[in-house]
Amino acid sequence: MDCCENRLLTSRRGLLLGGVSFAAWAYLPKFARAADGRDPRLIVVILRGALDGLSTVAPLSDPDYAGLHGSIALAADGAHPAIMLDSFFALHPAMPEFARMYRDRHAAVIHAVATPYRDRSHFDGQDVLESGYAGPGRVQSGWLNRALEALPRGERVSSALAVGPTTPLVLRGNAPTVGWAPVALPQADDDTAMRLADLYRHRDPALASALSQGLQLEKAASGDDMKPKGGNAVAQMRQVARGAAKLMAADDGPRIAALAFDGWDTHANEGGPVGRLAFLLGGLDGALAEFESGLGDRWRDTVVVAATEFGRTARINGTDGTDHGTATVALLAGGAVKGGRVISDWPGLKLANLYEGRDLKPTTDLRSVIKGVLQAQFGLSDRVLAETVFPDSATARPMKGLVV
Amino acid sequence: MARDSQAALVALNRFGFGSRGGASGDLINAASDPRGFVKAELNRPSGVLLEAPGLQSTPQLGQAAFAYQDQVKQAREAAAKAGTPAEAPPAQTPGDPKPDNKLRRNLSLNMVTTEIAGQMAEAKPADNAMKPESMQPSAAAPPAAKPAPQPLNVIQKTFRAEALARLQRATLVECGFTERLVVFWSNHFCISASKGELARMWAGAFEREAIRPHVLGRFADMLRSVEQHPAMLFFLDNQQSLGPDSRAGQNRKRGLNENLAREIMELHTLGVGGGYTQEDVTSLARIITGWSFAGRQGQLGAPGSFVFNANAHQPGPQLLLGKTYEATGLAQGEAALADIARHPSTANFIATKFVRHFVADDPPQALVARLREVFVKTDGDLKALATALVDSNEAWQAPLTKLRSPYDFLVASGRLLARVPEDPGSYLNSLNLLGQPLWSPAGPNGFPDTNAAWAAPEGVKLRLDIAAQMGARLGNNIDPLDLLEFAAADAASIETRRTIERAESRQQALALLLMSPEMQRR
Repeated sequence: MDCCENRLLTSRRGLLLGGVSFAAWAYLPKFARAADGRDPRLIVVILRGALDGLSTVAPLSDPDYAGLHGSIALAADGAHPAIMLDSFFALHPAMPEFARMYRDRHAAVIHAVATPYRDRSHFDGQDVLESGYAGPGRVQSGWLNRALEALPRGERVSSALAVGPTTPLVLRGNAPTVGWAPVALPQADDDTAMRLADLYRHRDPALASALSQGLQLEKAASGDDMKPKGGNAVAQMRQVARGAAKLMAADDGPRIAALAFDGWDTHANEGGPVGRLAFLLGGLDGALAEFESGLGDRWRDTVVVAATEFGRTARINGTDGTDHGTATVALLAGGAVKGGRVISDWPGLKLANLYEGRDLKPTTDLRSVIKGVLQAQFGLSDRVLAETVFPDSATARPMKGLVV
Repeated sequence: MARDSQAALVALNRFGFGSRGGASGDLINAASDPRGFVKAELNRPSGVLLEAPGLQSTPQLGQAAFAYQDQVKQAREAAAKAGTPAEAPPAQTPGDPKPDNKLRRNLSLNMVTTEIAGQMAEAKPADNAMKPESMQPSAAAPPAAKPAPQPLNVIQKTFRAEALARLQRATLVECGFTERLVVFWSNHFCISASKGELARMWAGAFEREAIRPHVLGRFADMLRSVEQHPAMLFFLDNQQSLGPDSRAGQNRKRGLNENLAREIMELHTLGVGGGYTQEDVTSLARIITGWSFAGRQGQLGAPGSFVFNANAHQPGPQLLLGKTYEATGLAQGEAALADIARHPSTANFIATKFVRHFVADDPPQALVARLREVFVKTDGDLKALATALVDSNEAWQAPLTKLRSPYDFLVASGRLLARVPEDPGSYLNSLNLLGQPLWSPAGPNGFPDTNAAWAAPEGVKLRLDIAAQMGARLGNNIDPLDLLEFAAADAASIETRRTIERAESRQQALALLLMSPEMQRR
């Protein structure tokens, strides 16, 4: 259980004001690349719930896109036009910061990407995404922790930062980590509350009524009732990123961090240019901006990888949402990213080209992307990456040229 | 062997603290023989007692509290003399920071690890006794850090140790029926730790000494133990009550305090409308004058122990509920309590409250009548009362409509997650948030026992926030569908199962499971 994790949790104020916990890693050796004196940093953002890649970076020029994504499809025109990244792909309009980084060549998109997992269970999909194993059920350690372990002695980044109330699986394992979480009692997110409200509506009318009143009360109390749903989650994402960036910006701060953002499971009323997914993407965009500003000069040496367990159906379902799918996008951002590109072997959205007739077909192995980043940032060898970090992944060669 | 998961749910949730996760097999065992599963604990009366290293007797605790109070007083006086602001007893000096001492640093990290249980926002506690222990590694404190937090004083430490022992017991026991009985009786005869330092110091000992030994014994014995316990006497001011004609009353020109006498009849035995008058209250108050505890000087006995102070006792016979009690000193009150314990109103009051707690807010009258009968016939045998409840059909047929109290909910969650608490901090904070601060009800009538109280909108929303936090903290280590099997198996509704299956993450799935009707209702 998680009680054996080596975690340091203290009040956020204590941390940010330079309290004890800095001292806890003050002795950590710097990990600097001998060759060019860079001091690389890596932030892994796990997007739990399965991000709709086709709504995040839309293939506007694919003739089948608009029809499949129907009422929630993005368009190059209208009140909230998608932001063209090249002649084919356009970014969701809720992500102006990422668009700016992309223009500055500090952000990249990998499209039609997937882990080796091909079923559609969130839990198993997240296991594969975070454990780095080829199949589910291996939950003892994560690929980022094993990458840490594999760093040459003397250059080891002795601790990585786990952001949030628990260490995400991706960072669990033998290498020590430290933890940080905002101290205020986080509220259940709206999605969880809505799912519970739905269950209560069917099974327990008394609790349904209590819960819905409780949720309304809270909104009224926080003066938040006029704001669209999701505002709370967005603020939390920014807050978490701001705190983590501050920690990592310190000379003696951790070089590697992992965190998870939840809520991407958009089965119903996903929304198009505005709506539920738009708010979440806005939160992610804000978090990336917080990383950038919080890391200051260190941003230059930073790569942020945002990845999700799988994508969503290419065709919308009967409730203006999308169901569990396969391929999706991975996002890279940071001063060290060789950006301004959408990297994709585009499979097309013709029915015959869809995976099992319903999902965007994966043409890039997510492990290749991550291996490429790990290799460029930390110099890990092909062999370590293929055997230890991502076991049995020799066929997924590290992608070259992702990092400056 | 017939398996009945629905009956298992009744056995575990209505009577117990819910199914334990891991390899307990609770749900299967309960399904095989639901009544036997519940009643097994009733045959181990000694299992109700709670003894753990470091848990001390009421006099020992009283003496420690007195010593602490003296120390604070002396420090304050010394400070006043020196003209400096008073400070609490000195903090332990943190160890020298040794930046190169890796082992030491790791130790401090591990120390923090054991403290992270209470990472929730700190609710406004009744006082700072509920503050989680320092979340900062003392060994790594840098010179420029803010002032070290005050170490816990002996009262706060005691409260937390008592709370931890109770929580651990509740988490580990098989069904939890006897622990639920302890909680029921402890709430029936509640004191409040927020009354003052002695009450906080004694809250756990009160339950261990006055409640637990009699949960499967006789009501009359529990009643006497409770009303003679220093914690109760302090809580309801009886140590201040002087017989107006007693020597102390004459000397000090003070007299009766009816607080305890009234609550004995109104809340502990006969109930409102139980056939007593104001004269009876005053009469009982006179009868129990002199029931007190020895103070720090120890003139009357070992400091912190129950004493009968004849000097404060109202002399003469007293008329109570139509019967005259001769002037026999301590025995006068004991005789009065013994009669009140077997009064028909007491049987009715207890039977009703018992059924309301375990079965339904609106208790089935036939069952209440049967339990009243058992109570009367057995002269208040509480084991017979509990057995009759489990043997009834009503208790198994009534739908699971009661909402778990916050304490029930937190303990049941911990059991399902197979997590034995090592620190009470998160439980205490959550109980504060949810309006059931441990051993600290707002009044002597205890915490409410109806859905109207616990199914309040803020309460349900806060429960969800806490469940979401547990999900976030523990979700990535568990398989939520396995847990659903442990918790309810095929008694789970299809909607609950689907909701959990379709959750977008393990974290969310765990939060939804903990909030599901299967986990919330009993």
